Formats: sequence, C-alpha cells, structure tokens
Amino acid sequence: MAYQAKLRVWRGDATAGELQDFEVEANEGEVVLDLIHRLQATQAPDLAVRWNCKAGKCGSCSAEVNGKPKLLCMTRMSTFAEDEVISVTPMRTFPVIRDLVTDVSYNYTKAREIPAFTPPEGLEPGEYRMQQVDVERSQEFRKCIECFLCQDTCHVIRDHEENKESFAGPRFLMRVAELEMHPLDAGDRVEAAQSAHGLGYCNITKCCTEVCPEGIQITDNALIPMKERVADRRYDPIVWLGNKIFKRNGA
Amino acid sequence: MTEVERHNYDVVVIGAGGAGLRAVIEARQRGLSVAVVCKSLFGKAHTVMAEGGCAASMGNANSHDNWQVHFRDTMRGGKFLNNWRMAELHAKEAPDRVWELETYGALFDRTPDGRISQRNFGGHTYPRLAHVGDRTGLELIRTMQQKIVSLQQEDYRRYGDYEAKLRVFAECTVTELIKEDGHIAGAFGYWRESGRFVLFETPAVVLATGGIGKSFKVTSNSWEYTGDGHALALRAGAGLINMEFVQFHPTGMVWPPSVKGILVTEGVRGDGGVLKNAEGERFMFRYIPDVFKGQYADSEEEADRWYSDQEGNRRTPDLLPRDEVARAINTEVKEGRGSEHGGMFLDIASRLPTEEIRKRLPSMYHQFRELADVDITAEPMEVGPTCHYVMGGIEVDPDTAAATVPGIFAAGECSGGMHGSNRLGGNSLSDLLVFGRRAGLGAAEYVESLGARPSVPDAEVTAAAKRALAPFDGPEDGTSAENPYTLHTELQQTMNELVGIIRKADEIEKAIDKLAEIRSRIRGVTVEGNRQYNPGWHLAVDLRNMLLVSECVARAALRRTESRGGHTRDDYPQLDAQWRNRLLVCQTTGDEPVPEVDVEAREQQPMRADLLELFELSELEKYYTEDELAGHPERTA
Repeated sequence: MAYQAKLRVWRGDATAGELQDFEVEANEGEVVLDLIHRLQATQAPDLAVRWNCKAGKCGSCSAEVNGKPKLLCMTRMSTFAEDEVISVTPMRTFPVIRDLVTDVSYNYTKAREIPAFTPPEGLEPGEYRMQQVDVERSQEFRKCIECFLCQDTCHVIRDHEENKESFAGPRFLMRVAELEMHPLDAGDRVEAAQSAHGLGYCNITKCCTEVCPEGIQITDNALIPMKERVADRRYDPIVWLGNKIFKRNGA
Repeated sequence: MTEVERHNYDVVVIGAGGAGLRAVIEARQRGLSVAVVCKSLFGKAHTVMAEGGCAASMGNANSHDNWQVHFRDTMRGGKFLNNWRMAELHAKEAPDRVWELETYGALFDRTPDGRISQRNFGGHTYPRLAHVGDRTGLELIRTMQQKIVSLQQEDYRRYGDYEAKLRVFAECTVTELIKEDGHIAGAFGYWRESGRFVLFETPAVVLATGGIGKSFKVTSNSWEYTGDGHALALRAGAGLINMEFVQFHPTGMVWPPSVKGILVTEGVRGDGGVLKNAEGERFMFRYIPDVFKGQYADSEEEADRWYSDQEGNRRTPDLLPRDEVARAINTEVKEGRGSEHGGMFLDIASRLPTEEIRKRLPSMYHQFRELADVDITAEPMEVGPTCHYVMGGIEVDPDTAAATVPGIFAAGECSGGMHGSNRLGGNSLSDLLVFGRRAGLGAAEYVESLGARPSVPDAEVTAAAKRALAPFDGPEDGTSAENPYTLHTELQQTMNELVGIIRKADEIEKAIDKLAEIRSRIRGVTVEGNRQYNPGWHLAVDLRNMLLVSECVARAALRRTESRGGHTRDDYPQLDAQWRNRLLVCQTTGDEPVPEVDVEAREQQPMRADLLELFELSELEKYYTEDELAGHPERTA
C-alpha cells in the first residue's frame, strides 16, 4: 500500500526560491502534512512549515496544494493519483519568510482595527441571557480557526497589494458581522464596515466560502447581510432625506 | 558580546494558551506592562484543541450543583491526592471565571431560559460543562485573544501605540530563565522566524507552557507540548510534583495510522455515546472499581434512564473518570475483544438522531469524515487510549501560583497539584481560567512588592546563547553526529512502550537506561542549514526539555509502588493508602541543558477539617489510613 509519492515543494526565502522535486513514501490514510514531516525527518531537515494540531482545528498549516488554498493536515493523499506530481507552495497573498512559511502579520494588524465586543450596560457577569437561535448566527462565524485561507484566496488582496491598507479581508469583515449579530453587543458596526474595513471592495464571488475548511458560509451569512445593512442605512431614501435636512454627518 | 534584542517588562508570560492569556489579562488590568511569548502564532495554542467544555458549578442545568459537589468530584477523580486548597479555589471560582468570559464576548450554547448550557462529562455528578458544540477550547482562546486585542485598543487610545503596555511575541521560544541572587531577572530566547536572540529583562515570569505529550508516540498533543515550562522551572531550581501521573485519554482515534492519537471528545459519551467491544458488549459495566461502587449504574437500563432522569438513576459507567475507562479499554483489547485496528467501538450513531449528532458534535463529525472516511451518524468510531495530559507539574502556592523560586509563577497544565493523580474532563479549561488569573495577580503583587529589580548578568546571556547554538556546531569530543528527528522518535517509542499506560518496574528501569543513552547521544545532535525558521534546530532545542521531563516521569513512576489515577503499576495493582498523601518531588542540580533528576518523597498538608467533613466517612475509608481519620468528626462524635 505504501508508494513513492512525487512532491514538488517550493523552497526559498524572501529573496529567491524555486520548486524542488522530492520522492517520498506515502502510506494508507496519510495527509500531505505527513509527507512534509517525512521529508523533514529523512531528506530536508530544515524544511520550514507551520503546523500544530494536525487535526484541522488550529489553522496553522495553510498552504497551496496544486495551487489551491488548503490545510496540509486535512488534504488526504488519497485524493491524488499515485503518479501525480503534487505541488506544495506557500500562500501567495502573504510575503514568504521561508519555504512554506509566510508572514501573516497583515491579519493580526487587521484584527486590531476592529473595535472589540462592547458589553451591554447594566448587565453584571452571570446576568447575560440569550436564546440559542440568536447566538447561532454569530457562533457560525466563531467556528473560524483563523487559517487565513479566505484571506489568501480573496482576489481583492491576492492580486492587489495596494488594497491591503483599506481592506480587512473576508475573515475580518466576518468578525464585524459576528459582532453586529451578537445579541448583546452594544456597538454599532454598520457604517465602519463600509468606511473603515472596506466591505465595498467585496464583489461576492464567494471564493472565500469555497476554501473555508470549516464550511462557514462567509459570503451568504456574513458579507451579504452586512452589505444589506449598509445599503439600508446609507441608501434608504428616508434616512438620506433625514440626514440632509438635519445635516447629520456620517450617521 | 552576543548580539541580543532587549526588552523590559514588569511581567513576562510564557505560553499563550488559556492560562497564559488569562494571566496576561489580569496583570495588564493591574496596570503592569506585560509581554506574552509563544512558540506558535497568536491564537494557535493547544487550548484550541479542547473540545468538550469548561467545568463550573453554575447550576444552570441542575440546580443541585454547587462548589462543594464540584470539589468532591474533583477530589474523587484525583483519588484524593489533589492539593485540596487548589481544588477548593477551583471549584469556588470557576463559575465567575466563565461568566466573565461572556463580558469579553464569548458565546456559549444556551439553555431554554437563555443561560449557559451545561453538559455531562466523566466523573461530574451533574451536567456541569459550559460548552460551544465540541469546540469549547477554540471559543476560550479566541475570546481571550480578542480581550487582549481590546486591551491593546485601550492602550492605543491612551498612548497612540497598541503595544504600549502589552505585546505578543509570537513564534518566539524561551530557552533559559536567568536569575540574579536566586531571584528571576529575565528570560532568554530566540525568534523562530529569524533565529535571532531576544532577552526579556523582567522580575516575574509566568510559566503557562502546557504539557509534555510530545515525549510519547501516541498523543493528542501538538508539537508545542515539549515540557518547556516544566524544564525551565526545574533548571531554575523549582520542584516538580506528581510527574508519574500522566493521563491517557480513553478515546483517541486509532485508524488510519497517521491520525492515531487525535482526540475524540468525551462529549460523545456525555451526550449518550457508549463504548462497546468487538462482541457488541457494553463492557464498562464490568469495570466499576470498588471505590466507585454504588455511584454508577449497574445495568444498561438504569444507565440509559439516567440521561433523562438523574435524580432516580445512577450515571452510566461509560462516564467513569478517564483513568478507569482507559484501563478498561486496554484490558479489553489485550484480552482479544478489540476492533480490527486494536481499539474499542464508540457508538453514538445508534443512540442519537443524525441531525442531533451533527449539531452537538460537529467537529467530531467533520474529523471522522475527513480523516477516516467514517460517518459517525451511521457507524461507530474506533477508539483507543492516547497520551493527553500530565497531572504533574511545577509545585506552586495555591493562592498566588508562586513556585519556590522567587519570581516564577505557573498556571495550567505545567503546574501541578490541582488534579491529583487524575484530571476530570472539563476541569482543565476551568483550571486555566482560575489559576491563570491567580498567576497574573500573584505576579503583579510580587512585582509591586519588589524594591530594586534584579539585573541580568551578561555572562548568563553569553552562556545561554552558546547553549542554544550548540546543535549547529555538532559534537566537540568526536562523538558521532545525531539527527534530532531520529532521537525524538526513539524517545517517544521508549516512553510509549515502557512508561505508558500500564507500567512495571523492569520496564521502567529499561526506559531509564534508554534515556541515559539518549542523554549521552543528545550532545552529538547536529543540525543543517541556518538559523532562519529551521525546524531541525527548533526540535534539537526542544528535545532537551522532552528528555528532562521524561526522566522525571520515569523516575517518579519507578518510585511509586502502587496504582492510582494516571499511574498504573502491573506489579503493584492496588491503591495503597500509605501513598495517598505522599508527593514525589523532582529536582535537579547542575547547570547543563539536561541535568540529573533527583526524586524525593514528601507528605502533603492534611485537608482542612471543614473540607474533609464534606465527605462521608465510609468513602474516605476507601482512600485514607486509619490514623489519618482518627480526628474525623464521625469518629470523635
């Protein structure tokens, strides 16, 4: 059952790099990460890769397998033909540090720009009451393991470095939606979604949803509803008229 | 002089799992400047793997629950070896710590009246675990990560700098604690990304580095679990207690081989799943030990009624504490009633409707479908024991989390005492919160009480750098070069086979010999490449810690001539009351990266009378010696 798999792994750093071919043993039930580990142990001890749980729960081992954003620990070797050459490359949207490891600090910067949960006034710890149906909407988004594959695949930043400054990316627009839909969050997040976090850049191609290893409906359940709330607020003719008459800015 | 990037903080927290993050929050809220240093990216720590829930006697699902019941369950689970003061603080404070998370934005599953839902788990009398499906650890870590971001946002508003008071040093490994005149003065490490050195000048270090599972071959633990905090504390002069107690979780995946050891949550059994052997028998009814007789159902009918009526029925033995279930599975497999791949069957498919399984156990459904081609709503899971948790750890003061070395604090899995000889499921997440907070507070108070701060001697920095770089130079004395990956595999094999779930004197001795051999070879470890993100080098450094904690486990296991909780001796199969209150303390002398380990036995302080009275005398008699019970009120009355 064991066979020699053909792996083509990108190796290099910020200055230069290339694809290198390896032949490495593959056994029944193994995933791409198992083979990367076997490469480390037998042929390339300094091959850099991030990983932690090896069970699809921590979102560390994100990379691109045959050009598709994937978790290496959840990509089964059985999904490829035995003689197929499998390419493993780092996430393209983020700067390479070394081999399969990229600099994902963009994501942590964006996370800091989203105002945190705002606790409701007048409720002490232990007094929070919420219905299951009401928490489920935000709970879906809180399944996110922050693998950043949605950020990696999003063409707004994948092909346009210049958009990174003003676009939080699907993961963090979803965080805005999560807080907006939190039954007890006291903050108002609709206007900032558009003006500060770049929701308008998203043209709902659903690439993020497609690569999400947690199966979160990012586009349908987070981004589109947020766009609708923005539209309601900004383009409702009565609100618009009210704003004109009372000269309120930025409401 | 070695080139080193220097930082100065009031408190440095090592480890960014639940305990570390909770300590950071507390110390920062006290106004101190705090650094948190972690080997992985921020938010990836092993806490994300915790599935079932966080135990706290909020009484939302059953109003009879209270801290006293939780305390009793915890002591029973640990077979009365627990540090009773820690167990008391834990049981009393856990509800507040969970409710506090809601004010940070956590979204737990709810009861019909809108409160936090609580689920059943092994060893807990009432449904007690706050949970979010089967991804509770992720919720905890994300919630605290986001709370830390909110504190940084406050600092940004005040100082114009997110990192003015609190900074995360991600992908940074600490290799040495540095002392001056016996007090902590700093921590030395390297950036994984660049390999460059970094020095934290700080009077207080909170160790929150988690466990030691990577010393075992079959484990649910991630690569980070190399006993770093245990080893750092030991080498700085602190003691480790209870290192012989290692928890093998009864239900890890067994097939395919590449996923062997990955955890299957106890929540499966809490929600109605049952264990069966290859003959289809629910075998756990045959494994209720004497100390738990009368507390568990002795027929399938009663066990099944218990899920809906807990007042009139006793709980199913599928939910005995983990040590009991793991041993039972081990015996069943050994006696030839195992599954095709050497495990038992865990059946939820025939017990709950498909939709309910997918709702309550979404990540188990996903994990088995993706990694094993098994649909858990249609077929049973194959499961077997996996190394999951170390009860042993740094000896601390229960109230302040202070270790014996001034300036070292410890919380979570790397601290010892709280769980005695065996931890109940769900008591880890609550432990992190309760003692993470206490460690942050303890460190803050210590720093505030200091007059002059210790300073870091330059010679120590130079020595630390030299030790860290040794693997690039290879052996000096002509010994042959060793591959760190090979040595790691040998270490894991040794611990798994010889100091695993069932132990014997001659096997442990064999393990100690093998560890000595690895110790002599470890000086020859040689790595290729340069210092930039070099996993071979990282492993070579972590390997020293793994070897040191493995020695502690093996030596303590040899000394304890009884079976209790996470320590089972084939040659001493009984619980021995003479051992109940005796702790084995591991210490080291010497400055090498892997110093020799000494093990010393010591008595614990007897339990406070008001806590002892929470137990019936007839139960205590199963664990205590006659002398110890002479003063019990039921005796003196």
